[in-house]
Amino acid sequence: MKVARAARPPAERAPATEAAAPPRAGERRAPVRAPRVLLAGNPNAGKTTVFNLLTGATAKVSNYPGVTVERRVGRAALPDGREVEVVDLPGTYSLTARSPEEQIAVDAILGRAGEPAPDAVVVVLDANTLARGLYLAQQVAEAGLPLVLALNVMDELEASGRAVEVDRLAARWGARVVPTTASRQVGRAALLAAVAETLARPEDPSALAERETPWAPEAAALVASLGEAVAREMPALTPAGVRSVARWLLLSADPEAELVGVPERLRQEAADARQAFDREHGAGALDLSVVGARYRRIDDVVREVLRDREAHHHRTSLGERLDAVLTHRVWGLVAFAAVMAVVFQSLFAWAEPAMGLVESAIAFAQDLVRGALPEGPLRDLLVEGVLAGVGNVVVFVPQIALLFLFVGFLEDSGYLARVAFVIDRVMGGVGLHGRAFVPMLSGFACAVPAVMATRTLENRRDRLLTMMVVPLMSCSARLPVYVLLTAAVFDADARVVGFLSVGAVVLFAMYALSVGGALLAATVLRRTVLRGPRPTLVLELPSYRLPVARDLLRSTWTRVRSFLVDAGTIILAMTIVLWALLSYPVDPAAEARFEAQRAEVSRSLEGEALEARLEAIEGEASSARLRHSVAGRLGRAIEPALEPLGFDWRLGVGIVGAFAAREVFVSTLGVVFGISGESDETSTPLREELRDAVWPDGRRLLTPLVGVSLMVFFVFAAQCMSTLAVIRRESGSWGWVAFVFTYMTALAYVASLLVTQVGRALGFE
Amino acid sequence: MEPRRTLVSIPVGQRVTVRGLRPGVPRSVALRLLEMGVLPGTEVAVARAAPLGDPLHLKLRGYSLSIRRSEAQAIEVDAPSAERP
Repeated sequence: MKVARAARPPAERAPATEAAAPPRAGERRAPVRAPRVLLAGNPNAGKTTVFNLLTGATAKVSNYPGVTVERRVGRAALPDGREVEVVDLPGTYSLTARSPEEQIAVDAILGRAGEPAPDAVVVVLDANTLARGLYLAQQVAEAGLPLVLALNVMDELEASGRAVEVDRLAARWGARVVPTTASRQVGRAALLAAVAETLARPEDPSALAERETPWAPEAAALVASLGEAVAREMPALTPAGVRSVARWLLLSADPEAELVGVPERLRQEAADARQAFDREHGAGALDLSVVGARYRRIDDVVREVLRDREAHHHRTSLGERLDAVLTHRVWGLVAFAAVMAVVFQSLFAWAEPAMGLVESAIAFAQDLVRGALPEGPLRDLLVEGVLAGVGNVVVFVPQIALLFLFVGFLEDSGYLARVAFVIDRVMGGVGLHGRAFVPMLSGFACAVPAVMATRTLENRRDRLLTMMVVPLMSCSARLPVYVLLTAAVFDADARVVGFLSVGAVVLFAMYALSVGGALLAATVLRRTVLRGPRPTLVLELPSYRLPVARDLLRSTWTRVRSFLVDAGTIILAMTIVLWALLSYPVDPAAEARFEAQRAEVSRSLEGEALEARLEAIEGEASSARLRHSVAGRLGRAIEPALEPLGFDWRLGVGIVGAFAAREVFVSTLGVVFGISGESDETSTPLREELRDAVWPDGRRLLTPLVGVSLMVFFVFAAQCMSTLAVIRRESGSWGWVAFVFTYMTALAYVASLLVTQVGRALGFE
Repeated sequence: MEPRRTLVSIPVGQRVTVRGLRPGVPRSVALRLLEMGVLPGTEVAVARAAPLGDPLHLKLRGYSLSIRRSEAQAIEVDAPSAERP
């Protein structure tokens, strides 16, 4: 592809931005800093694909401080061998910001908030939405930065029978223009060459932008006067930078916006100036004036450079035909249900074999260690703490990977926007965003990948709200608990309504309760803790595209890796802590007694009888150990609080143990009740023990009412440290973790209390 | 003077020209619409409504936009031209 040579506008040249910073005081012969190139562009313009094309495998992902937005930085090699640093900015339609996340792009471009000033900016444009892409490029040009326009998705443009006169665009814009089709790796060399030339001979596109944009005189005067205040507060800015910041302030600063790093004086002055202008010229007049002037220039340029090669009106494109089906009143919903069913089923079923593999591998490793080390605390720590912890982390990887592959595919293909479009009415009713649907749905499989999937929500409040509510969706780990309890207290197979069994009805009731609870929680949280203006929907429906496999795999791997590193360490730590709580302290006297029992039995029995007796002793010993441990004492200590719910200390210990993972509730109950060997929800001995369990005074413990109450507790309780770990990672603070744990525990307690007390009052015992 | 006609009252399949944004619209909505290119003189077509009735799928400036009816109320438009095929 030819590189367009920008015509040199006869404007003043801005001071050449340095390609290498001089060593700062104190640095001894520091290496020359690589030039810094920012990558900006609209969402869906293929910016990430361009980034991957330029930087290959060198990209590192981190977080911007204070916000949960990913920061991708990589290195690219220019034709002469020099390396540049490429920073991928969040996709955005404009530099106008109303929140810290939205400010990231403008701060990076203007070199504010601790970010060094860039040496060049590449704006990635979708050639098919040229005007809108140029709106962002206009703002970058106004800031006076050397600019390269990457005209991406050229393949679609050409397929639609259109073309762009690249040289004319370069001349009109004052920047080099490179046509690319990043999804097919076309344009890489040309783009790097253009970047190299721009760094070598940087030009300031702002003079051209100022001349060509028909600013209204009144608005221009306002910008100039605000500019004086800006120049005073930020003396390091160039004149173009000052104008740029002034315009940005006029559009961004208002009482509702949450901006960071903006001096209060400036913000106030900008807000006042706008209000005064609007009072004189009409509501919203300033915004219209500024945006309108920019688009007038843009439309003029687009008219000149965009060419229709053939008359192709009313030839419906493939995308339009797809939309006709996928957003059709009937077929749209059918397609939506089908796609969701596939995602759902895959999370439940397809991840199973891989998860089983992980569990087998961990069990194998545990056996190895058991065989290799002598009995004792170290061996227990390694086997029950470390290895179990690693297992707890890695077991989630198949589901996370699968979910992100799906979500990534849906997003890159353009269909995810249609999902939000179709379901918005329902979600909007409870204050959730349409894009929250997929995370909520995956919560039925497992909350861990679901919480991570809330990344698809752009607005921080939406993301937090969804994160707070997703754990209420009844995940698959609660299923063993429901099954066990239903079997213990009901005759699960009895038919109740025709073909429906009692078990099925109870199960359905629990799921319905969880969905209802989630929607209710969303509504309440939206009005209280996460109150705020309802974010607008105004959402682009991007054209349908085939996702680029390499990008998809790369982004999935990034997610998995960040899970392993960030959440994984927390889960591992918590597993070890929990193991310790469930195992220590040990009662030496009791241990000695059991040892004596074992010795006696070994003397008098042998063979199968011996085996059976030893197992029974082990069951008793485990139960005693648990009773003596911190967790056991905790269970007994909270028993007074659990009594009104109908639970005793043994169920209490089970609940404490369930904090590791809900399935652990079942196995912990097995230990508490002295069942030898591993217990799961189908274990008959455990079921019978539960049925026969009594309070000290002889009352039956697990009546149907208590059973239902316990299930209701599990519906609402925040009982999965892994979920809490990912919430920590995705929300960026422990505060939200504390909040979700507290509100869900409170909800669980109250709901369970209501069931038990109201049930008793109605005579249900 | 004829009552202000907004995008919400335009039937599916029609194409209209934007006159401007209604005063009194929340600034966050108004500014977003403007910056996405909903400006006086812009041609907008109402492609369809979502299966559940809301939001609306609009076509303008060569791309597709989804906005809620409550937001579409902010956009004042001219009468739809009669001769669209």
